[in-house]
Amino acid sequence: MTDIFGLLKGKPEDSDYEKKGVIVQGITGAYGSLHAKQMMAYGTNVVAGVTPGKGGQKFEDKVPVYNTMQEAVDATNAKISIVFVPAKFFLNAAKDALEAGIKLLVAIPEHVPVRDTMEALDLAKQKGAVIIGPNTPGIMIPELIKIGIMPPMPFKAGKIAVLSKSGTLLYEISDALTNSGFGQSITIGIGGDPVNGTRLIDAFDMVKDIPDLEGMVVVGEIGGDSEEMLAQRIIDVGFNKPTVAYIAGRAAPKEKRMGHAGAIVMGTYGSAESKVSMFNKANIPVAKRPAEVPVLLAGKMEKSD
Amino acid sequence: MQLLEFQAKELFREYGINLLNSISSTNIEEGRKHAKELGYPFVIKIQVPVGGRGKAGGIQKCQNDDEFEIKYPQVMDLTIKGEKARAILLEKMADIKKELYLSIFLNRSKRCYTIIASSEGGVEIESVKNQIIKEIGLGEVSDQIAQEVAKEMGLEGKHAEGVIDTLKKLSKLTIEKEAELVEINPLAIMQDDTIMALDGKFVTDDNSNFRHPELEKYQEKSAIEEQAEKSGFSLVELDGDIAVVGNGAGLVMSTLDMLSDNGGKPACFLDVGGGATTESVYEALTLISKLDRVKGILVNLYGGIVKTTVVAEAFLKAYEDNVIDLPVFSRLKGTESEKATEMLQGSRTKIFGTVEEAINAAVMGVKN
Repeated sequence: MTDIFGLLKGKPEDSDYEKKGVIVQGITGAYGSLHAKQMMAYGTNVVAGVTPGKGGQKFEDKVPVYNTMQEAVDATNAKISIVFVPAKFFLNAAKDALEAGIKLLVAIPEHVPVRDTMEALDLAKQKGAVIIGPNTPGIMIPELIKIGIMPPMPFKAGKIAVLSKSGTLLYEISDALTNSGFGQSITIGIGGDPVNGTRLIDAFDMVKDIPDLEGMVVVGEIGGDSEEMLAQRIIDVGFNKPTVAYIAGRAAPKEKRMGHAGAIVMGTYGSAESKVSMFNKANIPVAKRPAEVPVLLAGKMEKSD
Repeated sequence: MQLLEFQAKELFREYGINLLNSISSTNIEEGRKHAKELGYPFVIKIQVPVGGRGKAGGIQKCQNDDEFEIKYPQVMDLTIKGEKARAILLEKMADIKKELYLSIFLNRSKRCYTIIASSEGGVEIESVKNQIIKEIGLGEVSDQIAQEVAKEMGLEGKHAEGVIDTLKKLSKLTIEKEAELVEINPLAIMQDDTIMALDGKFVTDDNSNFRHPELEKYQEKSAIEEQAEKSGFSLVELDGDIAVVGNGAGLVMSTLDMLSDNGGKPACFLDVGGGATTESVYEALTLISKLDRVKGILVNLYGGIVKTTVVAEAFLKAYEDNVIDLPVFSRLKGTESEKATEMLQGSRTKIFGTVEEAINAAVMGVKN
């Protein structure tokens, strides 16, 4: 099982404890450079960037840029990378990173062909690495490390884990949680693609044993059966921390892709009803609207007291 | 994108999968010619990119000219699950011994291609208990797996050979075209013991389109969808009167849900993408202005690092340029929202503090 906190924070005895190095793939592009700056401003230790053909440059006068991931990893020993390359180059960028020894790869691009995602995952499995995404806002431990594109404003350090398929709904719901006094211990963007490097159940496995975890929020949407699998896992392992879910797409027509490549209902497969009924079976209330999430969570906490 | 049956069958034919004679047409004059070429009896099949055609009366047997003259226009005029006929396929009547089921799909949770086969075909696979499910990884189906599938379907001799052959061709097609789903339902054992695909379903992975120029001819987009795609937006047209715009697919879906809960009818789903700029919001408004049925626009933006003043500018510009003449009900979360509210004072855009307020105002607003 992936020790996500080990990867993101390290151990107190590590010399780089709570400042683990992150490599930004595609750091010189418009999108990559914008978010590299934002991550650095948040306190993330961006140690290198990679853009083929741009090796030797310095990003923001301090972060060295390399041509390949191998060079960047050799120079920094970083185990984490975040990818900002265009979707059609994602597979090559991911291979480059995984071959170089990256253990946590955060894949931001949207519109990556599913086959490329599956190939990258196959390689990640062989290398013992984890991919978050593609089409994810990223992963963060609020007020400590942000590897992604999320705005800092909605998030606050705390004890609730938030797992979300959607980016803006993650911000929206974290914002509502923060305003109700529920800070977040970690937020993981699963991504809106049909195939996710880290599925909801994988993300759940990463967070379920956090010692001081006080609750969990799952932000799902129509398409696939990731939510159903998660609900089953929650039942199977007897997870009993207060948990609340939200599912977007109840009003979406069937057989139409709703923005996200993965958000499509085929017959009954992927329908909101199927997800809601599985969460209900796991005794997890499902909010009707984002603003209701903290209310339901507070209710769950009262009951568990 | 889901291809039409006749398009799926074009691909099947290319890969050597057995098919009955069939011809597609888009009007009755063409259809009459094809009817002569094909000869009676045949089946008239509506071509729509959704399932459930049979139940909706979209598949009709046809024995002679008189029936043809009645049934062709009947089928052509059907709307199934909101989809109008794109074409009509005339297909020779089949003499069937038995109907089977065969599909290969991209298994999202197992992250590999997976075969579903059954000795019961011609019905919705969800309702079939007797399903054979085999995960096959990322490559083509092996001889061994194909043989196992045929055996588990209870097939022998020529029937088994035919299914094995079809399955291997189907797998080659799935992988080479990067399909999300390829389905033959029913796959029929004919009276002469050959195996034939009587129907075809093919769903592409649109994200791999850049590697498949050969599939481009099947792309079916309205002018407005095409424009949305060029701007990097996702647009789904719906039949209500309130256009729903936001940033991020999840947020827009959520807004759609809340609007529907509160009695509003969405006219479209429009996701302008993660960030919002003056240009993108202006373009979104331009697109919406082309949808006749829209009476109001509901905007839900979670700005984050985006300045809401930037969005406010887009609204003002759209009114100034006469791009829109509709009320906008907007919730803008982000920085500088007070200033944005001030900027929009006196315009037809109302800014609300919460999504609920914006939704309720929109629902009331379009009633007047």
